[in-house]
Amino acid sequence: MAEPATATEAAAPAVALLKDELDIVIPTIRNLDFLEMWRPFFQPYHLIIVQDGDPTKTIKVPEGFDYELYNRNDINRILGPKASCISFKDSACRCFGYMVSKKKYIYTIDDDCFVAKDPSGKAINALEQHIKNLLSPSTPFFFNTLYDPFREGADFVRGYPFSLREGVSTAVSHGLWLNIPDYDAPTQLVKPLERNTRYVDAVMTIPKGTLFPMCGMNLAFDRQLIGPAMYFGLMGDGQPIGRYDDMWAGWCIKVICDHLGLGVKTGLPYIYHSKASNPFVNLRKEYKGIYWQEEIIPFFQQAVLPKDCTSVQKCYIELAKQVKEKLSKVDPYFDKLADAMVTWIEAWDELNPTGAAVPNGKAK
Amino acid sequence: MRTSPSLLSLTIDSALLNLSNIADLSPLPDHIVLDLFLLPARTRYFLSSRHSTFESQLPLSFLPDVLRNSEIVLISETCTSLDYRVAISCFSEALYFGIELLFVFGKMSLAIRDDEIDIIIGAIRSDLTSFMNEWRPMFSRFHLIIVKDPDLKEELKIPEGFNLDVYEKSDIDRVVGSSTSVLFSGYACRYFGYLVSRKKYIISVDDDCLPARDPKGFVVDAVAQHITNLTTPATPFFFNTLYDPFTEGADFVRGYPFSLRSGVKCALSCGLWLNMADHDAPTQALKARQRNSRYVDAVMTVPAGSLVPISGINIAFDREVVGPALVPALKLAGEGKFRWETMEDIWSGLCVKVVCDHLGLGVKTGLPYVWRTDRGDPIASLKKEWEGVKLMEEVVPFFQSVRLPREATTVEDCVVEVAKAAKERLGSTDPVFARAAKAMLDWVNLWKSVGSISSSPAV
Repeated sequence: MAEPATATEAAAPAVALLKDELDIVIPTIRNLDFLEMWRPFFQPYHLIIVQDGDPTKTIKVPEGFDYELYNRNDINRILGPKASCISFKDSACRCFGYMVSKKKYIYTIDDDCFVAKDPSGKAINALEQHIKNLLSPSTPFFFNTLYDPFREGADFVRGYPFSLREGVSTAVSHGLWLNIPDYDAPTQLVKPLERNTRYVDAVMTIPKGTLFPMCGMNLAFDRQLIGPAMYFGLMGDGQPIGRYDDMWAGWCIKVICDHLGLGVKTGLPYIYHSKASNPFVNLRKEYKGIYWQEEIIPFFQQAVLPKDCTSVQKCYIELAKQVKEKLSKVDPYFDKLADAMVTWIEAWDELNPTGAAVPNGKAK
Repeated sequence: MRTSPSLLSLTIDSALLNLSNIADLSPLPDHIVLDLFLLPARTRYFLSSRHSTFESQLPLSFLPDVLRNSEIVLISETCTSLDYRVAISCFSEALYFGIELLFVFGKMSLAIRDDEIDIIIGAIRSDLTSFMNEWRPMFSRFHLIIVKDPDLKEELKIPEGFNLDVYEKSDIDRVVGSSTSVLFSGYACRYFGYLVSRKKYIISVDDDCLPARDPKGFVVDAVAQHITNLTTPATPFFFNTLYDPFTEGADFVRGYPFSLRSGVKCALSCGLWLNMADHDAPTQALKARQRNSRYVDAVMTVPAGSLVPISGINIAFDREVVGPALVPALKLAGEGKFRWETMEDIWSGLCVKVVCDHLGLGVKTGLPYVWRTDRGDPIASLKKEWEGVKLMEEVVPFFQSVRLPREATTVEDCVVEVAKAAKERLGSTDPVFARAAKAMLDWVNLWKSVGSISSSPAV
């Protein structure tokens, strides 16, 4: 039975890697008590808190953390009319944090996620593992049966061409969850008591050309390599769909990473997901997504980006164009979403002028 | 079995078919929403295309193709999570196509009989006593085929108490003719076993591997795990971040399309190795003391379109479905009696993957682990032969670029196409490739004449 580590069990590492180069983005609508448990691992880092919901409510941040906090009023003030692309009443609003950050790396986590324990009982420093994942290469062109060859104790297997062993830059590190698994509403309804207790001791690169369902609960990425593509879409209040924010971002970033020759890793680290959301509420938010994803997935699987898309922004604008062309017929929502995608890029470039047109990797 | 419908049940029936047009479910009471998606007590049934003795109330032709060809299991009133999950996915598909399905209650067993399995061992070393004794608890139930490497001079030493057939050079010569028997020298001797086997599932491990222990200390039953891998669906079209969704305690995650949740048939299961991992000679020589001690508790499907180096050390496959695609083709000029001196399995595995991708079959990797004993000297192998390592620079791009024509609908046809492409594109690069291409064609012919169970057409 998986259990979270207690605050005293988590031991701060001797060296906080990348502490001046990484921001931790946390969306919240209730409180940030969970930070107490993460204190040994998070305290050296700068936090960006995106407060969703009622802006008049005060969110109490535990003492000793260095943070900036943005509520809806701040988002409106900073982005003006472009604020329309940031979701309201949905954790998708977290992507505003990505936009205002000035750091190279982002780690994002949900406020119901705690420190997990590995099979030996040791508290897992999720942030440290994510950083290791991001700082070592990915291998998307050929599957390594021993998983991440850059991990301690592993390597490439026989038959792996040497010319592919240098790997490519890792843009995204996708972590997993013990305890409450990230199921959709129908699965939750069928298996309300299922808990993920399997600790799979592996990190692996998701092969080029393969899409995956990206969960935003425990996610890190290189903002300079892929940041502009991490738009979490239009969800929540006034939108016909919810709980597809991270999915949408995941499909977009994977297509763009495949195009630009960047890597996406999944697997370790685990966090302990403590709160099961209400499956009936989830069902109402998701059910359109459940039908739409049957159209969306083939769209992304077949999406081709032209060679002259050499930057993330260019790729993203092109993707937005294709969304408008090909998905609007599924629902007018996609028309709105495509526009919001463009607004997002405009806002990103406005807030991040020097990084505007940095070419990232080689377009295929 | 039908009771007369109430107004509520008629409303729900109608709502089901129009679900995607309903803008807002929030006014509905919770129990109605639950009913719309679970329908546990209704007299409706799924049809299984695998079990033809099943009684149906609707003819199979009534169902759309996608459901007719999928591996649907029947659900019972005491549903297991697997049944329900498949039920939900088929149910969603049915809604999507506007078809109303009927469920039936009655569980069908997916148990595999022992006599459907052959364990095939290529004997590269003559004394198999400790090997067989260590594997006895796992192997003794099954029929074994032991094929002696034709180059091995010593008599085989095999302990008593097994149900087995042993094939030696004379048998190989007799069955395939002495000119073709060269296909089966060295590690490739096991392919002769694949050829003459009459079973559906084949499991093969190298003769220097022993059963492994999991982190809790339990001995891993590699046979059982391979069979589980082969008899549960693979999911090559979309990556599941919780790995194999058909494992106990796991499932498809949020965002996984429902239409892809029934999966496809798994044709090949690649296991892994503790202690001596399957590294090439340069890597092992560089990291002389490195041993693989990480037990990764997962099985996963290798995504479609993604190639993978499949080690022959610990594999299992569905012979009926994919047998001809495991080809004893790539023989290095200096091929030797250590895995560091071979690449035949890597070539074979790439061929199988390309064929599986083309035919919509799955390949899994991960569990089970075997314990691979220390043997040989990587530096000696490296000095003698690293031709294999260099050849991969040509081999991998070649397989990545192979495109099989639509008309290739059987495994044999696919293998022939790969052989043709290999001859055209690689034949002039190195004579080893021209020989490999010819070997593949010889193999297909042998399969047609000697492998008397004809392979089933592509699913």
